[in-house]
Amino acid sequence: MVEPAFESVDQPDSGLARPKPRRPRPGIRKYADDRSRRTPVLFIGADQRNGLELRDLWAHRDIFYVLAWRDIKVRYKQTALGAIWALLQPLLTMIVFTLLFGRLAGVPSDGKPYAIFSYAGLLPWNFFVAAVTTGSNTLLNSTNLITKIYFPRLLVPTAAVAASLVDLAIASLLLLVIMPIYGVGFHARLLMFIPLVGLTAMIASAVGIFTSALNVKYRDIRHALPFILQIWMFLTPVIYPVSFLPARWRWVLGMNPLSGIIEGFRAAIFNVPFDWNRLAVSTAITMVLLVASCYSFRRMEQDFADVI
Amino acid sequence: MQPVIRVKGLSKRYRIGERRNASLRETLTETIKVPLRLLKSQNHEDNLAYIWALRDVNFEVHAGEVLGLVGSNGAGKSTVLKVLSRITRPTAGQAELHGRVRSLLEVGTGFHPELTGRENVFLNGAILGMRRSEIVRKFDEIVSFAEIEKFLDTPVKHYSSGMYVRLAFAVAAFLEPEILLVDEVLAVGDARFWQKSTDKMRELNSRGMTIVLVTHNMWLIQTVCTRGILLQSGHVVVEGRPQVVIEGYRRLAETQSSTERFTSTEDWNTKGEIRSLQLSPVGKWVSEREAASDSGIVLSFTAHVPTCPRVRAYVRVATPDNFVLFTAYSDVTEVPAEHQLAFKATITRLMLRGGDYVIWVGVCSDREQEEMLAQAFLPLQVRETGGSHPEAGVFWNRADWAVHRVGSSTPDSRP
Repeated sequence: MVEPAFESVDQPDSGLARPKPRRPRPGIRKYADDRSRRTPVLFIGADQRNGLELRDLWAHRDIFYVLAWRDIKVRYKQTALGAIWALLQPLLTMIVFTLLFGRLAGVPSDGKPYAIFSYAGLLPWNFFVAAVTTGSNTLLNSTNLITKIYFPRLLVPTAAVAASLVDLAIASLLLLVIMPIYGVGFHARLLMFIPLVGLTAMIASAVGIFTSALNVKYRDIRHALPFILQIWMFLTPVIYPVSFLPARWRWVLGMNPLSGIIEGFRAAIFNVPFDWNRLAVSTAITMVLLVASCYSFRRMEQDFADVI
Repeated sequence: MQPVIRVKGLSKRYRIGERRNASLRETLTETIKVPLRLLKSQNHEDNLAYIWALRDVNFEVHAGEVLGLVGSNGAGKSTVLKVLSRITRPTAGQAELHGRVRSLLEVGTGFHPELTGRENVFLNGAILGMRRSEIVRKFDEIVSFAEIEKFLDTPVKHYSSGMYVRLAFAVAAFLEPEILLVDEVLAVGDARFWQKSTDKMRELNSRGMTIVLVTHNMWLIQTVCTRGILLQSGHVVVEGRPQVVIEGYRRLAETQSSTERFTSTEDWNTKGEIRSLQLSPVGKWVSEREAASDSGIVLSFTAHVPTCPRVRAYVRVATPDNFVLFTAYSDVTEVPAEHQLAFKATITRLMLRGGDYVIWVGVCSDREQEEMLAQAFLPLQVRETGGSHPEAGVFWNRADWAVHRVGSSTPDSRP
């Protein structure tokens, strides 16, 4: 039995307080006893929490939905074109890329129509950039939440990634319209889109989670990230095929999980066999990055309210 | 009975100063400098860069209690709530909370201006910890409590501040935790809504909810709280019945030396300075309704105004939550070459009811914008023994009555 550090001066003295009848507890126990099974017990201490606390994440899942829903709702408010922007952006980029790289520069596209070829690269890449960019800024934009209420902060950058999925879905619909125009048929391999989108969302989450946490303490991220993403794009086969590189340099692209993912998207669209080895490597790297970024986020998150 | 909240040795240290928002480059250069600094043994300034917002705080709260946390600014009241609501991690010590905890450190947390009232109810509700089904079930009640039925589908950016606060508070009022942590959120909204929300808090408590409340408002401590804790510089100094804590708070204000008794706000406005401020009679002041004679207050203060040739002084009486009751201005005065002015303001009839007030004095420029040059404030406590039911009003006043019996042939007047 742990004694309180002070003597309780008095008991509630007014008629306002009508305490619930409670069975007295034998003493403080570290873990849930009979009564605590019904009443959750919260322990607050000074020591660092290192676990991922997935149960806590699950308990707060409503916040995840509501934050993603808010981002989607607000994104095209007060714009004349609304969600059409989600179509226009990839479409115009595709047209410019096709003219510039496909026609003028003569970048090869493995014998496929360059428009579809580049669109297949832009689709996951644009999603990745949008998700990472919004994700990395979300914590700073949610300062009022972070300093005023508790919930697992991991929900903030991941909700931003989830909200970006809507734009990807809209842009994917456009792909289904362009494909027949260039004589690319529909087939069962297109179903691989779903796991590939999932994988892209995971790598975007990994990068978004890590950069958002870093952004809280070091505002440098805000300036560095667009630059890093630009370089990253050149190291990703978005506008060129992997075969464009000399064979001895292709391993560099192999280290880049987005490279395997984009190749996967292309295979799904053009009905070509998948390079399963490369996809497996991309998946493994993505998983490692995601877990590592979640753990480092958890470590940094406990000081967010004091630092932000 | 076992407490539902048990706080043991809770301490929180904050780092202060510029390094809070260090950039990556600074961190890198600091890291390089560390060995150099060790050689020069100049790390004394590092010790100064920390403050203890809480130092070894211990208390317990039992089921069904309403605990009020009071103390002057920076005493650590809000830090206690931030630690208990898991927003920030304590530096040392621990706390245990038995039951579902919800905290309300601000009304309308997460409200988005572009979204409608309806959408914000769902957004805010979820952020405060309500399940979607729970919000759907209570939606109509929330809306009618907030009295905004007509504007439900209007973006909240078009709301008046009153409507905004009402909606935000309404969502929070329908939380059903076992432990509620509230920080000063009642200091918003108009008087009628304020009454409504304190009633709601009493109702929640009568249904068994345990509440920890941070407030500056002594009236709230007295009427809603069952127990209070007075914090000073991160320590618990008084604990006990509301009345004991309120007395402690007043003693604390009175025992501080006369130079510290008033708070000058010149640090954020260097255009002038209030150098001294005295209020007489000192201490408790009896409402003139009950005093033997007309006993007004006298405020004497000196101001140093180097930046402005002609100024006006003012006295302003406000409630502790900054609701201004009145402002009395002086005539325009030339500032002499020494830039020093002494003012004496006599207010013969305050007409204030019993309670706590804040008196502001200050000087402002004589230009169109009335730029504030220096300001300082003092607490004022008005004592009134008679029943103080809030419906009677903010002020008391007298009227000379004339009553006529209608229908009677001879009018009967009473002075």
